[in-house]
Formats: sequence, structure tokens, C-alpha cells
Amino acid sequence: MSTFYESITGGLQGLYERAWESHGMLVLDLLPANLTTVVARLKDDYGCALFLDVTAIDYPERKPRFEVVYHFLCPAQMQRIRLKLGVEEHAAELPTLTGSYGAARYMEREVHDMYGIRFTGNADLRPILLYEGFEGHPLRKDYAMEHEQPIVPYRK
Amino acid sequence: MGNATTPAASRTTIPIQPVGGGKSSAFEYLTTKKDELIGWARKFSIFPYPFVTACCAMEFMAVSSTPYDTDRFGAALPRFSPRQADLLMVVGTVTHKQAPILKTVYDQMCEPKWVMAFGVCATSGGFYQNYAAVAGIDRIIPVDIYVPGCPPRPEMVIDAIMMLQDRIANDKHPILPSEQPPPVRS
Amino acid sequence: MQYRPPVSSPLQHTAHPDHVVVNIGPSHPATHGTIQIVAEIDGETVVHADVHCGYLHRGFEKEAEHHTYHNIIPYTDRLNYCSAMNNNFAYAEAVEKALGIELTPRCIWLRTLLAEYNRIADHCTCIAASVMEMGGMTAFLYLMTVRDYIFEHMNHLSGARLTYSYVRIGGLARDLPDGWLVRLEEILTFTEGYLERIHGMLDRNRIFIGRTRDVAAMTPEHALNWGYTGPILRSTGLAMDLRKDNPYLAYPELDFEVPVGIKGDNYDRYYVRMREIDESIAMVRQCIERLPGGPINVDDPRVVLPEKELVYNQIESLIHHFKLVMDGVQVPAGEVYTAHEAPNGELGFYLVSDGSGRPYKLHVRAPSFVHMGGMHTLLEGHQVSDIVPTFGSMNMVGGECDR
Repeated sequence: MSTFYESITGGLQGLYERAWESHGMLVLDLLPANLTTVVARLKDDYGCALFLDVTAIDYPERKPRFEVVYHFLCPAQMQRIRLKLGVEEHAAELPTLTGSYGAARYMEREVHDMYGIRFTGNADLRPILLYEGFEGHPLRKDYAMEHEQPIVPYRK
Repeated sequence: MGNATTPAASRTTIPIQPVGGGKSSAFEYLTTKKDELIGWARKFSIFPYPFVTACCAMEFMAVSSTPYDTDRFGAALPRFSPRQADLLMVVGTVTHKQAPILKTVYDQMCEPKWVMAFGVCATSGGFYQNYAAVAGIDRIIPVDIYVPGCPPRPEMVIDAIMMLQDRIANDKHPILPSEQPPPVRS
Repeated sequence: MQYRPPVSSPLQHTAHPDHVVVNIGPSHPATHGTIQIVAEIDGETVVHADVHCGYLHRGFEKEAEHHTYHNIIPYTDRLNYCSAMNNNFAYAEAVEKALGIELTPRCIWLRTLLAEYNRIADHCTCIAASVMEMGGMTAFLYLMTVRDYIFEHMNHLSGARLTYSYVRIGGLARDLPDGWLVRLEEILTFTEGYLERIHGMLDRNRIFIGRTRDVAAMTPEHALNWGYTGPILRSTGLAMDLRKDNPYLAYPELDFEVPVGIKGDNYDRYYVRMREIDESIAMVRQCIERLPGGPINVDDPRVVLPEKELVYNQIESLIHHFKLVMDGVQVPAGEVYTAHEAPNGELGFYLVSDGSGRPYKLHVRAPSFVHMGGMHTLLEGHQVSDIVPTFGSMNMVGGECDR
């Protein structure tokens, strides 16, 4: 592990459950309660100024069902960090990061659209890739790919 | 219908009805010539509305510029208002979110109007057979000419424009109220 | 049919009685097809802007979960369709990293050459479209001519003008045909000639400067906060380029500069892209000189199809071919994130594999989508007529934005 990663794992001791390296990238496993603290520390103390991505993975037979994955980039060292959190299906909520990063707005909207995970504090969770009236969350494993919900009635 | 061995006397003959309610042949000649003239004028002055969504847009830009110029066919000037356009070129995938917009634009166009489904996504959905894409725009609006390809080569688009021009040239263009109106399309 | 917008906008009702809400709708010549901008304007000034994307969402990630790794390659083409090879290579690298495959030298150099060649095509398209939307048809037609030669040339190589699907996991589809490199040099010379004309037409053009200078300027901090990468970030003055900072493929051995702008306005973005085309042409020339010989595909039976004569004559090769095509490349369980420097910015592929021949999840970190998130900050405070040049300089590609 590089010195930068070691300084992060040392400095954030106690805020994450597990840390490991995956193909050259540091991965931290967190509890949702620690998310805001860890992100604030990464941004202020370790210079992770670029919020790359947030997405989720659906494991229907596992508890917790969703695994929300964040990626950050620290431009000074050009190193990336991945954060992983487990989110339950019945309480699919996470705090928003729009206070720290403007880029989080659209990406959280997309995760909400595709998986149904709410981000508390993000006032704007309208559908972004889908449309109002679309029921269900397509990227969940129990949504059939061919299940169309047309807005305009078909001809003939 | 009849057997080749049936004797000629027992074959029924079907009398030919004159069209147009029995108008004179001079009238028919004039309306045919008028149709040919209007068809010739309409086919060489097509104003496309490029309803551009996806990758086929690159080929649309290529077919409008050198060396595949559509200006040679009179179909170069795009009109970005549906009221002023007569050919709706649906270029690229139409998703369910975009479908109401396509229907609105099609409804806003005035007759005569033609629709070209440019690319295989507009023709049949392409390989996007899923919850998001409309599997062919003919589920929403009637289509006159389909151009398959992902994306189609510009020569295919020009071939389609020429076929459409042949159809327009041979079509009926009624102007007098006594003429047959063209079939209504929903 | 009564039209109802698919996603409601908070700007539908303005508080201020003098403001008007204008809808620059999804079917618009200058919104590159699929973006809707709902703008509240006061006279000519945009007070609030609400950018709606998603009109081209085609379900890439859902399709990826149902297809084998090779079957996903045509879907990746259609992400950023202006430079399809860059998407292909970034995706292939994610899968190859998960498999632990090292590419052959010839494949590495050829992928670098083609990635830079496609970068030229993408920047030409962006500049052509944005200048045409400002009224300069000549630049559009010049760059379309250049781009058409590139398309025909790529057609000779891969069989398709636009969506090449040229990459394979562990290599490329086929090697270069004869005479391809000669024609490449001709096209590069031709491109340089046309770029000189574009420079002459636009660089000191009073109208162009008036329309683009100091419009939608950004600071590097603002750009990083809103997630901008690529030429847009570099135009603000920050020299962040994955080809230099996190080099991949053959970039560590290439000699090139990273152009940066000053103010981060529309003019800087145009100029950074023009300079990047020059740098890419130089890089392509270096790749031509240093292209090594050898095989294109890595010699790994897990990913590479066996030779056709063997498939037709030996039962083991037939079964091997069958399993590779029907079950797909078996990628060991795990996850990987790879990022390439696409012409728009950082294009990342996050692949989660469960050990079978189909990905469990494949996520694309699309630069255009992230750029659209921050675009309303660039539109507010400027004129309505600045919306089109600003939008054009973002190079939003619909396939990538909405996936």
C-alpha cells in the first residue's frame, strides 16, 4: 500500500470497518452513520477534491441488499479511493453529499432512479434518466429488462 | 382465378368502372398532369426536420455535408420548426421519455408530411430491446420509409431519399374538393 | 394528445412576475439531440436554468448484465459515439484488469494510436458543431470533410464508419490492412492544412471572440467541485490529464504536452481542444514510427478465440470456441474501476464480476453526465444567446450522458 493510502487508513482509524486494496485502489468499508464524517475528512485533510461517482449494487439474496459505492479522486496525488456502504432495503437511505460536492446532485438522482435509494438532504430527487410515472427501479435484479412502461399509447 | 382449361365462354368478365364518378378523360388527363407537376415540385423541395437523438446524428451530419450532399436532391435545408417542415427524419433511438415529444412534433407538422425512420433504432429498436427504448417508432407514428443500419451508410440514406422522391412523384396530390382525398393516417 | 413534460421542473411557476420561462426543448438543433434546458429569463439574462437529461437513456447497464463480455462491446461503442474506440478500450481494460491479462506490445501501441486518432475525430466534431451553432457553417463543412476521411479510413480498418466494435478482450479484432498507415499520414497532413484554415478563421475573429470570451468562465475550484474533468478542467488552468498523471497503454513513452487555458471560458475550451488536436496528431505520428511488430492478441486461451482452421478440424478447438462464445469470457469474481482520458474527460468503467461470463454489474462513469450536473451554474447570469455556445463547448454527447 502506498504511503498516501497508509496515512488515510491510519488517520481514519475507527471510522471504517475494513480497508483493503483492490487493483491498486484503496477500498474502505463503512457504516452509513460514518459516511459524512469520512467524506469531510477525505476532502479537508487528504485533498480528495474530485467526487467521481456514486453507484449501487443489488444483491437480492443478501442482507443488506444494496451496496452503495463511492469513488473519489485526490488530484494532488492522483490516487483514487472507493467507499462501500451496505444499505438495507426497507430503510434505503443515506445522507447526501451535495453539501460538499456539487457533482453529487445528479449522480445521487440517478442512483435513486435506478435503485430507489433515497439521499436525505438532497432536495431534488426527481427522476433524471427515467420519467415521472415510471414505477419501479430498473437496475434492481427483480425488474425484468423487457418490462416497458410506455407513455404514448401504441398505434394499431 | 379461373382454370386454364376453362372454356372462354364461362369466364366471367368484370366491367371496369370509370373513376372520379364518370368524369371525362380530359379531366383525368389534367389531374394526372397536375399531380405530376406538384409531385415533381414537392419531391425536389423536401424540407427535413431532423429529429436527432443519438449516434445516427453523426451520419446525418455526414450525409448533409461533402461528399454525400443531400443538397443535390433538394433535401438539404433543415427546418427546425415542425410547421415549416415536411419530412420528419427520426434519427436515432427514441426512448419512452422522448416519445411524447416525437408525437407532438409529428402532430404539429402540416400535410403533406412524410416520416423517415433513420437507423435501426428508429426502425425496430435496434439492439435496445429493454424498458427504456421504443421498439421502433412505427409504434407511435406512421412511417413511410425505413433506413436500417447502425448507423446507416450515407449512400443508404440517399437511396432512401430517392425512393421517397419516387413515391412522392407518383402520389396523388389533390387540390380540388371533388378529387379523392389521400388516405387518412392516424 | 395533450403534452405533459416527462419530468416536472420547479421553474414552471416563477415567483417574479416579469420573468418568463423558456423551454429549450429536447428536440432542438443545438442541444445535440437530447437535452432540455428550462430557463427562467429576465429580459435576455438567464436567472435560473434547469437542465434535464435522460431523453436518451437506453439501459446500457441493464443490457450489460444480460450479455457476455464480448457482446457488450457494441453497446460501449454507442456511449460516446464520436470517439467509439476510446470507450471500447476503456471497457476492455477494465475486463483485462479483472482477468489479469497483459497485452502484447503491438496491441498497446495500436490502441494508443487509435485512441488518439479518435480523439482528433471527436474534437473536430465538437468544434464543428459548436461553431455551426454560432453561425459559422464553413468551419463545420471543413471539419466534416476531415472527419469523413477519418471515417472512411476507419471503415477500411474495422468495417464500420462510426461504431467500430474493434476491440476484443485481450487484443483487437484484426491487424492493420496494407496501406493503412500510408493513408493515415495523408489524412494527418490534410487535417493539419484544414486546421490552419480554422485557426485563421476563428482565432482572432472579432465576432467569435465577442461571443465566447468571458462567457461561462470557471475557476479550477468550481470545476473540481462540480466534477469537471478533461478539456473543460484543463481550460481553467489546472493541468490534470490521466494520460500524464495515471498513464495507461503506451502513454508513458510518448512525448506530448498538456494544453491548459487561462480563464475557463468558452474561448479557452475551444482553444484547448484545437491544441489537443495538434498534440494528438503528433502522438499519432510517434505511434506510427514506433509501432512494433508481433501478434495483436494475447496468447491466453481464456479470452482469445482459437484459429479458424483449428476450430474446423479439431474437436477441442471447436468446444473451446463454443464455450467462449456462448458462455463468455469467465472473469474471476471481484471488482475493478479503470479510468481512461476520453476526449470528454475521465471515462471510468466500474465492473463487478461474480465469476461467470456476464458482468454482475457494469457502471459507466460518464463525463458528459457529470458535466451536465454543473452546467446550470455556467448558464445563470449570462444571456439567452450564450446558452448555445456554452452548451456546445461542453461537448455533451447524448449516448454517454444518458447511457
